[in-house]
Amino acid sequence: MPVDPVASLLPLFVENPFEQGYVRSIVYVSLYVSCTAVVLSTLVSIPVALTMGFTEFPGKQFAKSVINTGMGFPSVVVGLVVLFVVSNQGPLGAMNLIFTKEAMIISQFVLATPPITAISLAAITGVDENVREAARALGGTRLDVALVVIKEARYGIATAVLAGFGRAISEVGSVLIVGGNITSADGISQTRTLTTAIQLEARQGQYDTAMVLGAVLVALVLTVNAIVVRFGDSGAMNR
Amino acid sequence: MQRRKFLQGVGLAAIASTAGCTQLTGGQTESGGAGVSGETLTLTTTTSTYDTGLLDEIHPQFEEMYDVTVDAVAQGTGAALETARNGDSDIVMVHARGLEDEFMRNGYGINRRDLMFNDFVIVGPEDDPAGIEGMGSATEALQAIAEAEAAFVSRGDNSGTHTKELNLWEAAGVEPGGDWYQEIGAGMGEALNNANQQGAYTLSDRGTFISQRSEIDLVILVQGPIEGGPELLSNPYGILAVNPAVHEDANYDLAMAYIGWITSPGAQDAIANYEMNGEQLFYPRALSEDPDFQQYVPEGWSSDSDSE
Repeated sequence: MPVDPVASLLPLFVENPFEQGYVRSIVYVSLYVSCTAVVLSTLVSIPVALTMGFTEFPGKQFAKSVINTGMGFPSVVVGLVVLFVVSNQGPLGAMNLIFTKEAMIISQFVLATPPITAISLAAITGVDENVREAARALGGTRLDVALVVIKEARYGIATAVLAGFGRAISEVGSVLIVGGNITSADGISQTRTLTTAIQLEARQGQYDTAMVLGAVLVALVLTVNAIVVRFGDSGAMNR
Repeated sequence: MQRRKFLQGVGLAAIASTAGCTQLTGGQTESGGAGVSGETLTLTTTTSTYDTGLLDEIHPQFEEMYDVTVDAVAQGTGAALETARNGDSDIVMVHARGLEDEFMRNGYGINRRDLMFNDFVIVGPEDDPAGIEGMGSATEALQAIAEAEAAFVSRGDNSGTHTKELNLWEAAGVEPGGDWYQEIGAGMGEALNNANQQGAYTLSDRGTFISQRSEIDLVILVQGPIEGGPELLSNPYGILAVNPAVHEDANYDLAMAYIGWITSPGAQDAIANYEMNGEQLFYPRALSEDPDFQQYVPEGWSSDSDSE
């Protein structure tokens, strides 16, 4: 069956194929899971990147290559490992996390942290040595110095956060495994994200609705990127 | 879009909105207290039941009745049983008697009931390169496909349909292999799409095929027993609760309430009345005036101390 995107998309704008609240709840779950995961990842990544950027310690190169490898972790493998951890048989079994948003956040946290750390590290290492020395010379504490460096590197850090967000929101393998792609019977998403919804529609041969959801996902990623880039640009102007 | 028909049950939104919280606080395990209100039942089932939209259609009634949430997770039969085996679901609805029996024999599943049935059909492109149209025997049809080396898409995902397909090849005395035989490792809907794209044959349950027929060009070439085809192609669904003695976390109370509800005359009627594109997808099977002991035990099981 040849898919003609224009012809098959047109009627969709006339009759809305989705029940009320369905798409909204999917978008909500996607954003909630990805944003929470990215915020947590950022909170972990930046201190790690600062520590690695400022100090020398044995095994630093090794730690760097571990992080770089982490950027390429296949998401299904991460999903599988998280599944074993949160499964009732696993170490976190008692917390009943399987098939919940929290389990999805865990797997996306694992996926988003390496790119955020690696790119932040590159940005922080790129900050001119003089900036750090000047901050220190002005009597800044370690925290002050760190804040100055973060401020200088913010565009790179914003890029890092975007990369992490892009990885999280566009990822389908792990959220499908640990989340279960669940909606309640009235069509309100519990653990269904845009990506798993697209996968479901494609599985059922409903390529046109899948494409509408795909457009929503792309629009969402574009919007988030635009916001972050704008924030980064205005930062650059103030420099 | 029957599946998505907006079901405006009073209170459903409230249930949905509290579902996340219940899971957070581990409501699933706290079976203490009088009722099951507010709890969540995790049901693992097959893509063939889920993708037809049957569960979305009938679940609101159960959810309202007990004020609970049913989380339906669509997997292949093998994966659905494996998830239950790990204690990650409370109840399974599947269609591979051999795998269900093994699940019971290993002590993971109890209180099995026959639920409903439909049948399998062999579908393929209209031009039918292997010439199987109208054959009365599924095994002969498969032999013809193998002989013609016509493209055949296999689910390859250890699902109920895949298990059935492998049994059919075995019964046909053919060892499928070669370029024409493609294991795609995906759900029924995907297998139909895939077969549709490349003009291949595949084995499908009638329900998924009907629900997807408007999207694809494949036609039924060998009918199942519902339309007078061979009994070999029947497709019975069973439902089993997870044994709370093995997995004490399993929400056994609610699982049994679900089994009681879905095998009741009301829900069985709802299954019979569920139609897509004007065709009935599933035939209820739980109600019978005559006793049917085989549904509770592995097939062919009999007690040594037969006191009857």
